[in-house]
Amino acid sequence: MSATNDTSSLRRVAPVVEPGHTFGTVTEKISSIVLSRPAGAGWFFGISIAFGLVMMLGMCVAYLIARGTGIWGLNIPVAWGFAIVNFVWWIGIGHAGTLISAILLLLNQKWRTSINRFAEAMTLFAVACAGLFPLIHTGRPWYAAYFMMPYPNTMGIWPQFRSPLIWDVFAVSTYFTVSLLFWFVGLLPDLATLRDRATSRPQQMIYGLLAMGWRGSARHWHRYQMAYLLLAGLATPLVVSVHTVVSFDFAVAVVPGWHTTIFPPYFVAGAIYSGFAMVVTLAIPLRKFYGLEDFITMRHLENMAKVMLATGLIVAYGYCMEFFMAFYSGNKYDSFLAMNRMHGPYAAFYWALILCNIVIPQLLWLHRARTNVALLFVMSLVINVGMWLERFVIVVMSLHRDFMPSAWGNYRPTIWDVGTFAGTIGLFVMLIFLFVRTLPAISIAEMRELVAHTSEEQK
Amino acid sequence: MSADDHKHKQHDEHDHEEVELAPREYSVDLAAIRERLSKSSGKEYWRSLEELSDNPHFAELLHREFPRQASELDESVDRRDFLKLAAASLALAGLSGCGGPPSESIVPYVTQPTGLTPGKPQFYATALQMGADAIGLLVESHEGRPTKIEGNPDHPGSLGASNAFAQASVLGLYDPDRAQVVTHQGNIESWGAFLETAAGAAKVLKTGAGLKILTGSVTSPTLAAQIRGLLTQYPQAKWHQWEPAGSDGAREGAKLTFGRVVSAVYRPEKAEVILSLDADFLASGPGHLRYAKQFARRRKLSGAGSEMNRLYVLEPTPSVTGASADHRVPMRASDVGLFARALAGKLGLGGGAPLPAGSEKLLETVAGELQKHRGASLVIAGEQQPAEVHALAHAMNQALGNNGATVYYTEPAEAQPVNHAESIRELCADMHNGRVDTLLILGGNPVYDAPRDYDFAEKLKKVRLAVRLGAYADETAEHCQWNIPEAHYLESWSDARAFDGTASIVQPLIAPLYQGKTAHDVVGAFSDKPGMSAYDRVRATWLGGHTEKEWRKWLHDGVIEATAFAPLSLTTKWSPASMPAAKPLAADQIEFVFRPDPCVYDGRFANNGWLQELPKPASKLTWDNAALVSPKTAEKFGFKHSSAFVGGEHGQTISDIAEIELSGGKVSAAVWTLPGQAEGVITLPLGYGRSKSGHAGTNKGFNAYAVRSAAALWTATGGSVRKTGETYPLACTQAHHNMEGRELVRSASFEEFKKNPGFTQLPEEEKMKGLSLYKEFEYPGYAWGMAIDLASCNGCNACVVACGAENNTPIVGKEQVLRGREMHWIRIDRYYEGSLDDPAMLFQPVPCQQCENAPCEQVCPVGATTHSAEGLNDMVYNRCIGTRYCSNNCPYKVRRFNFFRYQDWETPEFKLMRNPEVTVRSRGVMEKCTYCVQRINNVRIEAEKENRPIRDGEIVTACEAACPSEAIVFGNANDPKSRVAKLKAQQRNYTILAELNARPRTTYLGAVKNTNPELERPEHPAKETK
Repeated sequence: MSATNDTSSLRRVAPVVEPGHTFGTVTEKISSIVLSRPAGAGWFFGISIAFGLVMMLGMCVAYLIARGTGIWGLNIPVAWGFAIVNFVWWIGIGHAGTLISAILLLLNQKWRTSINRFAEAMTLFAVACAGLFPLIHTGRPWYAAYFMMPYPNTMGIWPQFRSPLIWDVFAVSTYFTVSLLFWFVGLLPDLATLRDRATSRPQQMIYGLLAMGWRGSARHWHRYQMAYLLLAGLATPLVVSVHTVVSFDFAVAVVPGWHTTIFPPYFVAGAIYSGFAMVVTLAIPLRKFYGLEDFITMRHLENMAKVMLATGLIVAYGYCMEFFMAFYSGNKYDSFLAMNRMHGPYAAFYWALILCNIVIPQLLWLHRARTNVALLFVMSLVINVGMWLERFVIVVMSLHRDFMPSAWGNYRPTIWDVGTFAGTIGLFVMLIFLFVRTLPAISIAEMRELVAHTSEEQK
Repeated sequence: MSADDHKHKQHDEHDHEEVELAPREYSVDLAAIRERLSKSSGKEYWRSLEELSDNPHFAELLHREFPRQASELDESVDRRDFLKLAAASLALAGLSGCGGPPSESIVPYVTQPTGLTPGKPQFYATALQMGADAIGLLVESHEGRPTKIEGNPDHPGSLGASNAFAQASVLGLYDPDRAQVVTHQGNIESWGAFLETAAGAAKVLKTGAGLKILTGSVTSPTLAAQIRGLLTQYPQAKWHQWEPAGSDGAREGAKLTFGRVVSAVYRPEKAEVILSLDADFLASGPGHLRYAKQFARRRKLSGAGSEMNRLYVLEPTPSVTGASADHRVPMRASDVGLFARALAGKLGLGGGAPLPAGSEKLLETVAGELQKHRGASLVIAGEQQPAEVHALAHAMNQALGNNGATVYYTEPAEAQPVNHAESIRELCADMHNGRVDTLLILGGNPVYDAPRDYDFAEKLKKVRLAVRLGAYADETAEHCQWNIPEAHYLESWSDARAFDGTASIVQPLIAPLYQGKTAHDVVGAFSDKPGMSAYDRVRATWLGGHTEKEWRKWLHDGVIEATAFAPLSLTTKWSPASMPAAKPLAADQIEFVFRPDPCVYDGRFANNGWLQELPKPASKLTWDNAALVSPKTAEKFGFKHSSAFVGGEHGQTISDIAEIELSGGKVSAAVWTLPGQAEGVITLPLGYGRSKSGHAGTNKGFNAYAVRSAAALWTATGGSVRKTGETYPLACTQAHHNMEGRELVRSASFEEFKKNPGFTQLPEEEKMKGLSLYKEFEYPGYAWGMAIDLASCNGCNACVVACGAENNTPIVGKEQVLRGREMHWIRIDRYYEGSLDDPAMLFQPVPCQQCENAPCEQVCPVGATTHSAEGLNDMVYNRCIGTRYCSNNCPYKVRRFNFFRYQDWETPEFKLMRNPEVTVRSRGVMEKCTYCVQRINNVRIEAEKENRPIRDGEIVTACEAACPSEAIVFGNANDPKSRVAKLKAQQRNYTILAELNARPRTTYLGAVKNTNPELERPEHPAKETK
């Protein structure tokens, strides 16, 4: 998996930063996107579409709260639909950021440097999108917001700690908090850089405030790096725990198709799979439009492609094991479910999932495919679609035909389901657009460090 | 009518835009089904056609993008919004009690009325008259508001049981769509103005020429006496009767046999062998509740030593009685008659007829069985069968020595039994000839339901003064000058005779909500005593020679002592040999049969949402009727239906529309393929296609009266059927699925049961017993449990409506049922066993299973569903945030979610209607069966006051109370002497999905059919046909 250990291919592998960069060019190149470069028509075009979608999200949520969850396509037996599918999907996407920042940092993978900042931002935005769904999908969100919290009260009523949904509350909120802290701590030196380079008073004020008095002293750097490492250590188990807990929502239930022990590892692998796909989806346009090919090189793209291939294979293994266990266990409900996935009313979704998540990504075995930027971009989208379908298959297809044939039914989303989903995509994209224009999308400090290291190596 | 239908369809297209846009998924391939069934080995259960067909075309649809969705402002919501306005403006007049205290000074009770404790319900006895029968009821009243109906155990027609119609009549009382004021030519008038008009009319009537009275069947002695009095006063006046779903066949059959109209009263409890000739005697017709109870009691199984009677049913269309049969034979209605003749011949009564194809063996067996059980057998002719079949049944019963044993004859319960078809023909002829000056229409809806060839509406125009007493401003009201709102039976004083003659006083539970009047008042208006109240009239009928104390006892008991008619000793001179030669229907000729709908009956309950949303026993359709055809007939005409993607199997089925031309009329109807329907028979259920009913009833389904002529009231031939190519969305709660090898309903023949009384026990389930990760709950006190005997359940639906009435469960409207969101806390699953054309039907009521290891309890994040100290799985509505996780994790799918605010909080009538002991749930909350926890607690309070344990049978859940066949038993499973514990101790007892180890408190006793080994049906006759 690690290309750096493969000496024969090392020669062909692109560097993590193109040669010829100095501290000055790095700083100039990255900070100019925020400080001096005009926004451009493309940016405005993009963000206005995203903003439109956010407005639609607002409308969908307002109507939902006014009328009730009945505006969605839910029914009995399929009482969870798009909302939960989207929740799991977004949470999965939110995995790559912390994985890149924390685990790759601890593993001393230098190539993470160029992509960790926006991957972390992506994580935060994805988790924000995800967090919306569990709240609004409840019948009474106004109570859900505080009944789920274990606050001390005179009545002695607590949440029900046996429920995986309560575990979710803790897992997701912890993950979000740690990710936010990690991201913010990492931003501090860059915020100071922006403060120093900013020319307008408001920019100086805002970046100055956010930089929290960073002066770049050796003591600062020492403490900064210590804190960063500690946070990385703290975040590492969360990478595994969040999606494990999310998978418990399903694994703990009795529903055939949910009740399986393979879910935690399989969900984590799937999350990393989709997370990296989303990083690729964002990285390719970012490096293209802002001329960052020097910093986000083919090396990065290829490495991410390899991670996708590896996690994709784990996911494929998960599918196979699910299928095998359905028959090996002799459980008639599980074997029915497996057949229903392949031949039931939603079979097309299942086969689309297999195509998107297993068949197409096999192209990544080819070096040529991994280095073809356009193809890689398309494939990252395909994987994102595939991972969404996976959650749809798990949530809807398991529920729609469970134990009592007399209660079987179908689920079809309404425009409000689709609108809410599209709205969160809009929210995500809008936040990414704002992020790119207001904060350094690539860590300036770490890039400078990298430039220093690579120039040393070259010497 | 076709114009109406089109209008209807357009209306629906408009309202259910999404429905119409929903892509079809796959169609039913009957040939494939047959093949599949024939290939499978062993006993296979299946639910319906789509599943069997296993068609892969479903996938096609998935290539489409999500089709456009219609606005969420769906029909049901529009209706509600409209109701809010309508109610606010119309309903408040009679309901000053619900808007807070009045501004005038009010005085509380100084002395509490005897027996009234605020907060404690009181029960009053009354009776619901329907057709030629009345059902004795006990009505629960909360502070003067009737809220719930129970059967009256002292009444012979109820024995404590009730049916869906009686249960739903509470909603009928509070229906805000009811006619509320007296109108004249559409203008609001006063009752006084009407009395003046009536007095004026009475003055000019003189001998009464031109005065006609039209009623339904009258079993009220007081009303009959009043009408007779009027006829004496005006000798030339005439009394006509028209009951669209009444049985002229029974009346004429008795006349043919005995020379006069008598009622046949059955004693199924004494019969070893019963042959039903198309008689749905367990679920409709006079005495059906009593018969259902006695029939079921005769078959209760306690062990291998128990005895069972045997029921043969020959019928064209699947009925509740057919489902209960040990041998059910689908047969065209006319073939049933032929079979009866052949059987009479076989029994040595003379006559005979060519046998319907393939029934030789059946004839042989049935004749043998009947003869073997002389004096303990019973032949029952169906209400919709012609006079000859009734006469044959009487003759056969007599020949078999059953008279006086399993059947006896009495004076008719109807005060004036006449041939209704003839009666309304005379009236129409008189109207046509201008001989009707004044017409009193007391109840009924003849413009809608009279035979189409009489064109009642057109002829009504020639009547100078048409006075209509009706509950709704309906089709008939439109054509009458004076419309008097009819008081509901819960608002009226009256009396009624039951099937055996037992009379009951109908006493009101509440003063008329609107300005309702009774038939007594309207007839009285034309008499010499116009001002006399109905109360005085009823007392005058009965009080002669009796004391006030006796009167009070009658009111209290709900029956008047010793009013049941004595058995008559009759002789028949009629012989089947005197019948003209039979003319069998050609084998390929289509026969149309009309049937009262199991939910809206003849149309009178069309505006009752509880009944509209009640899934029909066999088809599980709601909110619509459909022309029922057999799979083979559907194949022949190319009729298909398919599950839609919205709702799917549990919600929406897209069905082909057929154009039916019959008896000079034409109607477009959705077609439903019903396994068990006789081949070549198209059943047209009555009661739908109302053009003017109310918010719930208008424009639902198709109007079968449009093709019903006087000459062919129940069975018609010579019509044509054509597939139009259009489709219609039907709301079906359980469209299909076989059991997929899951042993949900376990059944055996009586022989098998005797060999192995534990036939329901599966070895693999034994292993699961006692396994749990969690600490076991302990129940030192009560442990509530329920046992449902599938051998007794006949699928009649009384429990479903009773549950809704008791627990304030909302109706959601067709649009929501299409999406699979109906709210019934108890549902009745229907499974088929056997071949496609002649399957056995099995019913399984599924309330909350109240699991010991409840999967729902573990996953609720806020503890809104918890385990009670007595083992109930409680719902805490206040705490529920609506994650719906519990429903997902419920293997039995008994939980129901308020996706919208389904309850109508504004309409004041509905506030009065609800059970004050049960929370009215809001939007976003999960709900489900509670085992009627409010009833448990009421009894507990009483028991604790008396410092004693709760007695067995003291707590009766709503479903248990309503059940006519006593299939549902509730009690303390901790007490080994309780009825429920004894049932659970039977070897037949099993739990569904036992392998999940949820350990439900609701258990089932396997179904047992007393099949005749001589007639053992081949496992898969489909093999022969293919």
